[in-house]
Amino acid sequence: MNLPLELVRQQKRIEAAAHEFGLRFFPVIFELVDYRQMNALAAYGGFPTRYPHWRFGMEFQQLSKSYEYGLHRIYEMVINNNPTYAYLLEGNTTVDHKMVMAHVYGHADFFYNNVYFAHTDRKIVDTMANHATRIRRYQERYGLETVERFLDACLSIDDLIDPGAVFRPPKPRRSMDEDAPEPLEPPRLPAKPYLERYVNPPEYLDALREKRRKVREKTKRFPPEPERDVLGFLLHEAPLENWERDILNIVREESYYFLPQRQTKIMNEGWATYWHSTILTQRCLSASELVDYADRHSGALAMAPGRLNPYKLGLELFRDIERRWDRGQFGPEWEACDDMIERAHWDRKLGLGREKIFEVRRLHCDVTLLDEFLTADFCQRMQLFVTEPGKRKGQPVISSRDFQQVKQSLLFQFTNGGSPLIEIVDANFRNRGELLLVHRHVGVDLRIDWAREVLAGMTRIWHRPVRLETIRQGKPVRLGHDGKRPSEEDLDAVTRAEAG
Amino acid sequence: MSRMEAATTSRIEADLGRFRQIVRGRVREELKKHLGRYEMLGRQAGRTVSIPVPHLELPRFAHDTGGRLVGQGEGQPGEGSGAGEHPGEHILEAEFTIEELAQMLGEALELPRIRPKGQEELLSPSRRYSGIAPVGPESLRHFKRSYRQALRRMLASGVYDPQRPRVELVRADRRYRSWRPVLRPRANAVIFYLMDVSGSMGNEQKEIVRSESFWIDAWIRSHYQGVRNIYIVHDAAAKEVDRDTFFRLRESGGTVISSAYELAARILEERFPPQDWNLYVFHFSDGENYSRQDTMRCVKLLQDRLLPALNLFGYGQVESYGTSGDFLDALEAHFAADERVALSRIPNRDAIGDSIRTFLGRGR
Repeated sequence: MNLPLELVRQQKRIEAAAHEFGLRFFPVIFELVDYRQMNALAAYGGFPTRYPHWRFGMEFQQLSKSYEYGLHRIYEMVINNNPTYAYLLEGNTTVDHKMVMAHVYGHADFFYNNVYFAHTDRKIVDTMANHATRIRRYQERYGLETVERFLDACLSIDDLIDPGAVFRPPKPRRSMDEDAPEPLEPPRLPAKPYLERYVNPPEYLDALREKRRKVREKTKRFPPEPERDVLGFLLHEAPLENWERDILNIVREESYYFLPQRQTKIMNEGWATYWHSTILTQRCLSASELVDYADRHSGALAMAPGRLNPYKLGLELFRDIERRWDRGQFGPEWEACDDMIERAHWDRKLGLGREKIFEVRRLHCDVTLLDEFLTADFCQRMQLFVTEPGKRKGQPVISSRDFQQVKQSLLFQFTNGGSPLIEIVDANFRNRGELLLVHRHVGVDLRIDWAREVLAGMTRIWHRPVRLETIRQGKPVRLGHDGKRPSEEDLDAVTRAEAG
Repeated sequence: MSRMEAATTSRIEADLGRFRQIVRGRVREELKKHLGRYEMLGRQAGRTVSIPVPHLELPRFAHDTGGRLVGQGEGQPGEGSGAGEHPGEHILEAEFTIEELAQMLGEALELPRIRPKGQEELLSPSRRYSGIAPVGPESLRHFKRSYRQALRRMLASGVYDPQRPRVELVRADRRYRSWRPVLRPRANAVIFYLMDVSGSMGNEQKEIVRSESFWIDAWIRSHYQGVRNIYIVHDAAAKEVDRDTFFRLRESGGTVISSAYELAARILEERFPPQDWNLYVFHFSDGENYSRQDTMRCVKLLQDRLLPALNLFGYGQVESYGTSGDFLDALEAHFAADERVALSRIPNRDAIGDSIRTFLGRGR
C-alpha cells in the first residue's frame, strides 16, 4: 500500500458514497505511479506484466512523446480484475485524484455487473503474468525472432473471434469415431426372396440412400457450418507445434478477455463519467474544489472538432435515458405523440430514471445501447453528423445530419468493433488442404494491402495456402497467399470458366 | 506491487529496444525507396540524424472507411468537419549517426568503397598503442605483464616458494602500455557543390539537390578523416556562400555556368593543391545555359583547369516540367569516355538513388 494517508481517507469517503448510490464492485486497490510507470502500464494495457512484444514498446514511445510534448496525459487506468486495480498519477492535485477515484468506482461497478463481462477471467493479472512467463520461456528455447514472427501472425488476426461464443455452450469438436462414416447402403430387414419387394420396398431404400448421401456430403464439408471463431478453429485444426499452439491459445484468451471492453466503450466511459460527476458534486466535493473540478470535468468531456468523445456521448445518453424514464417519455403513447408542445412538457412523474439506467448498464453493450436509446431528438441536441472523404486527403467533410444516416453509421462503426466480419467456410478448399475464408461484405471494402499481409501471416499458422473471398469495388475476388507470393483470382471469371 | 512496477518499467525498456531495432532494420531495408523523401537538413542534431519512419503496425482485416465516420460539432453539410488526419498515421522517428547512414546507403546502392588517391604521399603522424614500457601513468598499467615481471624477478632471485605461491609486486615490476608513433596515410577531401539558382530552379528542384548532396556528403565523409565543403551558387555570376545560403538562396537572373566553373577553378588553385587533397566537384543545374559559346567555355574550363586536379566531377541535371536543358548533352558529347566525369539526369525524387549510384558507383 503506497497510497498517502490523505488519499486513503478520500478513497474511503468516495467508496462509501458509491455504495450508498447502489454501486457494487470488487475491492478496489489504487496505486500511485509516476508518469513513466503510467505510460509503461498504459502501453501494456494496464497490466504490470505482459509478454514481451515490440508493439508495447511502440505504444510506450508514442505515449511518452506525446506526454513530453504536453499533448495528453493519462489520468486514469483501471483493470477488470478481482480485486480491481487502478492507477493514480503522481503529481496530480487532490481534486484530480478524487475525480479519478470516483470515475474508477464507476468502471468497477460496470465490470462487476454488466453481462458482457460476466465471462471474463477475474484473475487476469495472474493469468497474464503466467502468459508472459511462458512466452519468455519459448523465446529462450526457440529464439526471439521465431517466436516473434509467430506471435505477430497470431496478433494480426486476434480480433477474429466469435463475440457470441461466450453466451453459448462450447461446440462439440469432431470425435474420433466419426471418421468411420455410416455406410451408404441402408440396412435391410431379413426377408424371404418372394417377400423382399414388400418388406424392403425399393423406393424406400432409394430414398434412404439419397438421404445418407446428403448427410455424407454435408459432414464432408469442414467446418460443417461457417466458423467465426477463427482463432479457436486454428487452435484445434492447424498443424502446430505445442509451443505454437500455446501461444495461439494465449492470444485467443487475452482477446476474449479484452472483447467486452471493446464492445462497451461508450457505455463504460459514460457510466463512469456519470458517477464521478454524481458522487463528487453531490457528496465528496468541498466548495473550494468546485471550480477546479468543473475545469477538469469539462476537459474530459471536450469534443475535439469532428471526433466522437465516448465520455461525452455515453454520459449524455445515460442522462437522456434517466430524464426520459423520470418523466415517462417512453412507450407507445409517447411514440405516437407528435405534438411538439405536448412532447416538450411531457412529464408523468414516474421517477424511474435511476432504476432504468442501472438496468441499462447491466444488459447493454454499445451497439444495443445506440440501437435502442439513440433518438432523433438526442441526435439533434448532440449535433451529430456523418462525414465523408473530402477533396483533400485526410480532411473529411460533413455529408449529412440526417438522423437515420447518423444512426446507421454509428451502428456500423460499433458493430463487431467496427471490424469486418470474416469466417472460415472451408478448411479443405479444392481438396488441397487450403483454408478458405469469406468476408461478409456489408458495403465497405477491405483494406486490400493489409488483407494480403494478414493472409501471408496466416500461412505461417496454417502451413498451406490461405484464401479470402471478398468484394472489391463491386467485383468479387479471391485473394490468396501460399507463403511465398500473393495471388488473386477474379471470381466472375472463375464462374464463367466453370459454366463454359 | 511497487517492486512490480519497477519491473514494468524495465520490461518496457526491453520492448522499446526491440521496437527500435525493428524500426532500424526497416529503415535499412527501405532506404533506397525513401532517399528523396527524408527531410535531412535541419534535422541534424549533433552527430545524429532523425529519420521519420512510417508507423509500424500489425496488419489486420480492416474496413477501408475512407473518412466515413460519425462526428460531433458545429457545421453545415458540405463543410469541413475539422477532423484532422486519420488516426494511426503517427510519425515515428529513428535516430542514426551519419556514419551509420553512410554505411546503409552503401549497402542499399551497392557502392564500392572510395580509394583515396595519394595514399603514399599524404602521411600524418598518429599514435598506436602497441608496446610496453616500465614507466607510464597508472591508468595504463598492464596488470598481467606487471605480475609476470614480478614472478620472473622472484624466480630469478629464488624468493618464490611453489608451496606458498604468492607473488608480490614491487615498484620496479610495474609495466605500462605505451605507444609508438606511426605514420598513417592521411586522406583529406574537399567537396565543391555548385548550384544553379537562376529563376528556372524551383523549390522542388532545390529539395532534390539538398537530398542528393546530403547523401553524397555522408558517403564521402565516411571515407576521409577531414572533409571540407565549398558551396558555390551561380546565376549570371557566381559566388561562394555558406551551407545555409546555398540551399535557401533564390535568384532570378539568367544562367552563365562558366562563371561557377571559373570560380571553382580559382578557389581550387588558390587553396587546395591537388597533390594534398582529394577533390570532388558536383554541379546541379536545370541545364539551361545562357549560350552555346558559354557551354563551350565550360567544356574547356573543365578539360584544362578542373579535371586534371579532380577525383570526380559529377553533373546532375535536375529537370522540371517544361525545361529543356541541353547542357548535359554537351558534356556527354565531350566526356562520355572520361572516367572522372559522371553525368546523371534527375527528373524527380525517385531518381535520386540511381543518380547517387551514377556519381559514386565508380569508387573514385
